[in-house]
Amino acid sequence: MPPLSIVIWLPALAGLLGALAPGSRERNTSSGAIALAGALATFGLSIWLIAGYDPHTSLSDVTDTVWIGALGIHYKLGVDGLNVFLVALTTLLFAATMLASNIRLAREGIARARSYFFFLALGESAVLGAFLAQDLALFVAFFDLMLIPFYFLIGMFGTRQRVRATLKLVIYTLVGSLLMLAGAVATGVLASQQHGTPITFALSSLEHLRLARGSQEWIFLFFAAAFLVKMPLFPLQGWMPDGYRAMPTEVVMVFSGVLSKVGAYGFLAIVLPLFPQAAVHFQMLMLLLALISILYGSALAFTQTDARLIAGYSSVAQMGFITLGIFALDPQGAQGALLGMINHGLVVAPIFFIIALLARRAGGSEDIRDMGGIAFRAPVLATLFLVVALATLAMPGSANFVGELLILLGAFKAKLPIAIIAFAGVVMAAVYALRLFITAMHNRVGEKVSSFELSRAEGSVLAPLVAVILFFAFYPQLALSRSEGSVDAALAPARAALREPSAPPPVAATPQAPASSGGQEAQGAEEAAEGSGAR
Amino acid sequence: MSAALLGALSGPHIEFAGLSPLIALLGGAVVVLLAGVLPPFEAPRARLLPAALALGTIAIALGLTIWQWHAQRSLAGSALRIDGLAVVADVVLLVGAIGAVLLAARSHAGRSRSGAELYALLLSSLAGMFVLIGAQSTVILFLGFELLSIPLYVLCAIERERERSLEAGLKYLIIGSIGGATLLYGLALIYGISGQTSFAGIAQAIAARELATNAMLLGGVALVMVGFAFKASVAPFHQWTPDVYEGAPTPITAFMAVATKVAALGALLRLFDVALIGAQPTWGPGLAALAAVTIIVGNVGALGQASMKRLLAWSAVGQAGYMLAGVVVSTRLGVRATLLYLAAYLFMNLAAFAVVIARERESDLGDSLRGLRGLAASRPLLAWPMTLAMLGLAGIPATVGFVGKFYLIDAAAANGYTWLGVVIVIGSMISLGYYLPVVAAMWMRSERSDEGADEAPSLRVPRPGGASAADGPLPTIAGAQETAEPQPAGAATHPEVALVALLAGAATLFFGIVPGPLFDLVSGAGRGLGLL
Repeated sequence: MPPLSIVIWLPALAGLLGALAPGSRERNTSSGAIALAGALATFGLSIWLIAGYDPHTSLSDVTDTVWIGALGIHYKLGVDGLNVFLVALTTLLFAATMLASNIRLAREGIARARSYFFFLALGESAVLGAFLAQDLALFVAFFDLMLIPFYFLIGMFGTRQRVRATLKLVIYTLVGSLLMLAGAVATGVLASQQHGTPITFALSSLEHLRLARGSQEWIFLFFAAAFLVKMPLFPLQGWMPDGYRAMPTEVVMVFSGVLSKVGAYGFLAIVLPLFPQAAVHFQMLMLLLALISILYGSALAFTQTDARLIAGYSSVAQMGFITLGIFALDPQGAQGALLGMINHGLVVAPIFFIIALLARRAGGSEDIRDMGGIAFRAPVLATLFLVVALATLAMPGSANFVGELLILLGAFKAKLPIAIIAFAGVVMAAVYALRLFITAMHNRVGEKVSSFELSRAEGSVLAPLVAVILFFAFYPQLALSRSEGSVDAALAPARAALREPSAPPPVAATPQAPASSGGQEAQGAEEAAEGSGAR
Repeated sequence: MSAALLGALSGPHIEFAGLSPLIALLGGAVVVLLAGVLPPFEAPRARLLPAALALGTIAIALGLTIWQWHAQRSLAGSALRIDGLAVVADVVLLVGAIGAVLLAARSHAGRSRSGAELYALLLSSLAGMFVLIGAQSTVILFLGFELLSIPLYVLCAIERERERSLEAGLKYLIIGSIGGATLLYGLALIYGISGQTSFAGIAQAIAARELATNAMLLGGVALVMVGFAFKASVAPFHQWTPDVYEGAPTPITAFMAVATKVAALGALLRLFDVALIGAQPTWGPGLAALAAVTIIVGNVGALGQASMKRLLAWSAVGQAGYMLAGVVVSTRLGVRATLLYLAAYLFMNLAAFAVVIARERESDLGDSLRGLRGLAASRPLLAWPMTLAMLGLAGIPATVGFVGKFYLIDAAAANGYTWLGVVIVIGSMISLGYYLPVVAAMWMRSERSDEGADEAPSLRVPRPGGASAADGPLPTIAGAQETAEPQPAGAATHPEVALVALLAGAATLFFGIVPGPLFDLVSGAGRGLGLL
C-alpha cells in the first residue's frame, strides 16, 4: 500500500515539475504531459488503495505525525470505507481532466499553460487531502486550500464574465469555509474544556469527546454552511450559474464531479459522527433543503436552454438526493448516498465534456436550441452520450438506479411524506436528461451545426469514464460491500441520538460563557497546550 | 565615612548586558548621523554607506538580543525588564527594521543628503520601541512612547519637497500628540488611585485594595487604551492611518505598519496582562468590543480602495483588531497567539510593501492598484510574493496567516470569547473583498487594457532566454537575474527590494506549511510575565 502522503502530493509535485519545464508559453506541451503523467500515476495508486483496502479494519494506512504541536494539530491521514472510492473518483476525474486539457492544449494552445497545469494539479492535491484527512484542523486547511487553485483557474483561464464569477464563487465559498474554521477551532477547544482533556483535533478522538448539545447545534450550522455552498444545495447555489458558465470546460468537469462531493463527504464523515445530536435536531431542516433542491434543480434543469446550466441544475437535484440519503440517518440511505456521490461524479464529468464537444459542432454555442441532429454524423459520440444520459436519469440497471433506490428506501423509513415527494425528482430527471440528449443529438439539424465524429483523443477521455459507469452498473456491490462497515460506524452516534432524542445534555456550556466562569477550564486547556508544545 | 558617602552616591546597579541591544541602537544612531555629515561620504557613491551602517547596527542589536535570549530579569532599577515577551518582540522588530532599511536604501529620501538622518531617526525610533516593550513602570512606558513617536513624525515628513509627505508628518504629529497626551492623562489617573508607578506595584494595589471596579482606575485604563489605540490604529481612533500611510515615503510606511504595531501591542500586552490583570473582568469586555469594532471598521474601510498604501493601511486597522483579541483573553496562550500573529504580520506586510515599492520605482502609476496589472505575466517574481502576502493576510491555508488566525481563534475560544473568534472570521470574509482584487489585478488582468475583465488573457511575446522561468510558480536563479534587468517601462527593480519581497513571501509560505519554528519562537513569550 502506498503511503498516503505520496497519493496526496504526487499530483502537485508533477504540476510543479511541469511548471518548471522549458518550452513556449502558449503550447507548452511538456508541462501538460508531466502533469498528466502525475495524475495517471496517482490514479494507479488509488486503484492500489482500493485493491488493498480491507473493509474489516476501521482506518487503514494511517499516517500520523504532529503538525502543530502547540495546537494539538496532527497531520493524520487514513483510508476508510467512506473515502476510498471518493479518492479513486477524484484521481480518475482529474486524470480525465488533465487528458482533456492536453487535447485542448494540442489543438488550440492554452496561454500560460504552465500555470494552468500547476494550479490544476495543486487542486487535485488539495481535494485528495480533504478526503484523506483524519484531523479536523487538517481537513479544514485542505478544504479552504482547495478554493485557491480553482480561483486562479477560473479567473485566469475562464471565459465569460470570469472576474465577476470568480469573486462571487470565492465569497460564497469562503463565507462557508471560514465559518467552518471557527466551528472547527471551537470543536477542539470546547471538547477539551468540557471533558478536561488535552486539546486534540483528531477525528477518532473527537468522536468520543461529545460536545454539549448547545455547542453542537451552532457548530453544526457553521459546518453545514460550508458544505451546502460547496455542493451546492438550495438556497446557497447562487454562485453556481455564473461560476459554471465562466469555468473552462475541463475545470468544470472536476469542479462539479469532485469538489461538490467534498461537501457531501463532510456531512457523512465529519458532521454526523461529531455532532450527532445536532444532526438529529436539524434532520428535518436538512431533509427539507434536500427536497427543495431536488424539485428546484429539476425544474430549472428542464427550463434552461444553456446546456451547461442544465447539467449544473441537474447536479443540484442530484446532490439533493445525496443529502436526502445522508440525513435519512439510515444505513441504507447513507450507503445509497455514498454510491450516489460516485455515480454523480462519473456521469457529470462526461456530460460537461460532451457539452464542449457538442458546442464545437454547433458553431461554438452551448445553447441547446443551436444544436440538434448531431448524432447523424457522430454515431459513436451519440452512443456514449446516450449511456451517460441514461445513467443520469437512473435507468434501472444503472448504478445510479441502485443508489437512488437505496436513498429513497432510507428516506421512506425516516420520513414518508418527504420520500413520496422526492419521487417526483426521479421522474423529472428522466425529463431533463432525455430533453438534453434529444434536442442536442436528434431533432432538426441546427443552423450552424456541422457535425463530425469524435476524434480518437477525445474518445480516450470519454471511453474510460463510460466503461467505469458500465462497470458499476454491473457491479455496484464493489462499492457497497466495502463501505458498509464505515457507513454504519459513521451513522451509529446519530442513530443512537435518534432513538433517545430527549437525553439530557451532559454538560451545559454555551459558547458565550463569561470569561470568569470558564477560567478554570481555560487554565486546564492552556496547560495541556503547553504540555504538547514542550513535547 | 567616605566609603559610606560613596555608597550613597553610587546610582542603581545598571546591568549593561541586558541593556546592550538598546545601547547598540542608540550608539549606532549617533554613528550613522555623523557618517552622513563627514565630507568623504558626500560623494554620490558613498550615499549607501549610512544604510550599510544602519544595517550593521541592527545586526549587532539582533545578535545582542539573541545573546540575551534566556534572560529574565529587571534592568536599571526595575525600570525595564528583559524577558520572553521582550526578546521575542524585539527580534520581530529588528527583522522588520532590516527590511525597512533595505527598502529605504535606494529610495528618494534614503539617497538624498538627508539619508543619514533617515537611518538615525529610524534607529532612535527603534530604541524607543525597545524601551516601550521593556517598560516596567508607567514613567518609562511614556518615555518609550515618545521616543518612538517623535522620530516617526519627522520620518513621515522626510521628503521635504513633497507636499503629501509634509502633510502626513503634520497630521501624524497632531494626532500622535493627542494620543500621547491622552496616554499621559490615563497614566496619571492610574498613579493617582494606586499610588504606584511600577507595574508590579499597580497590580498589587489593585489586588490589595480591590480597585478592579474603581471608577478612577477604569477611567485611567480607558484613557491609556485610547492613547495606545491611536498608536496601533485601533478603531475608532484610526482615521489618521490611511492619510499618513499614503503620504509618508513608502519605506517609512512599511516600517510604521510593522514596527509600530509590534511595539504598541507588546506594550499593551505587558501593561494590561501584568499591571492591570486584576481588573481584567472589567476591562476585558470593553476591549473585546473595541477589537470587534476595529475588525469590522478596518475591513469595511479597505473595500474598494484604489491605492495600495491606503488599502494596506485599512488592512492594518483590521489586523490590529485581530491581534487585540489576543490581548483581551489575557492568558499566556493569548500572549503567544498575539506574538505569533505579529511575526506572521511582519512577513506578509514586508512582502506586500516591498512589491509596492518596486512598482512605484519602475512604473509611473505609483502605488495604485492599476500599477499591479498583469504583473504575473511580466514580473512573476514580484507577483508571487504579493499573492502570498494577500492570501496570507486573508488567512488562507498554507500561508502563515492561516496558522496565526487559527491560534488567535483558539486562544479566544479557550477563554470564553468564542464570539470574538467568529468576528475574526467574519472580518476575514470581508477582507477577501479587497485582498482578492489585488490578486486578480496581477493574474487576471493585462497590463494595458482598461477593461481587462472579460477578455482572453493576452498572449505575450516571450522574452528571449528568460521565458523558461518567466511564469514558473517558483522563483529560480535565472528568473532573479531576469528581474534585475532594466525594463523598458521604467527603472530597474532594485535587487535588495526584490530580495525583501522574495524572502518575506517565501517566509509567508514556509511558516504556513512548517509553523514549528514560529511556535518555538513564541513559546517562551509567556515566560516571566509571572502574574498571569
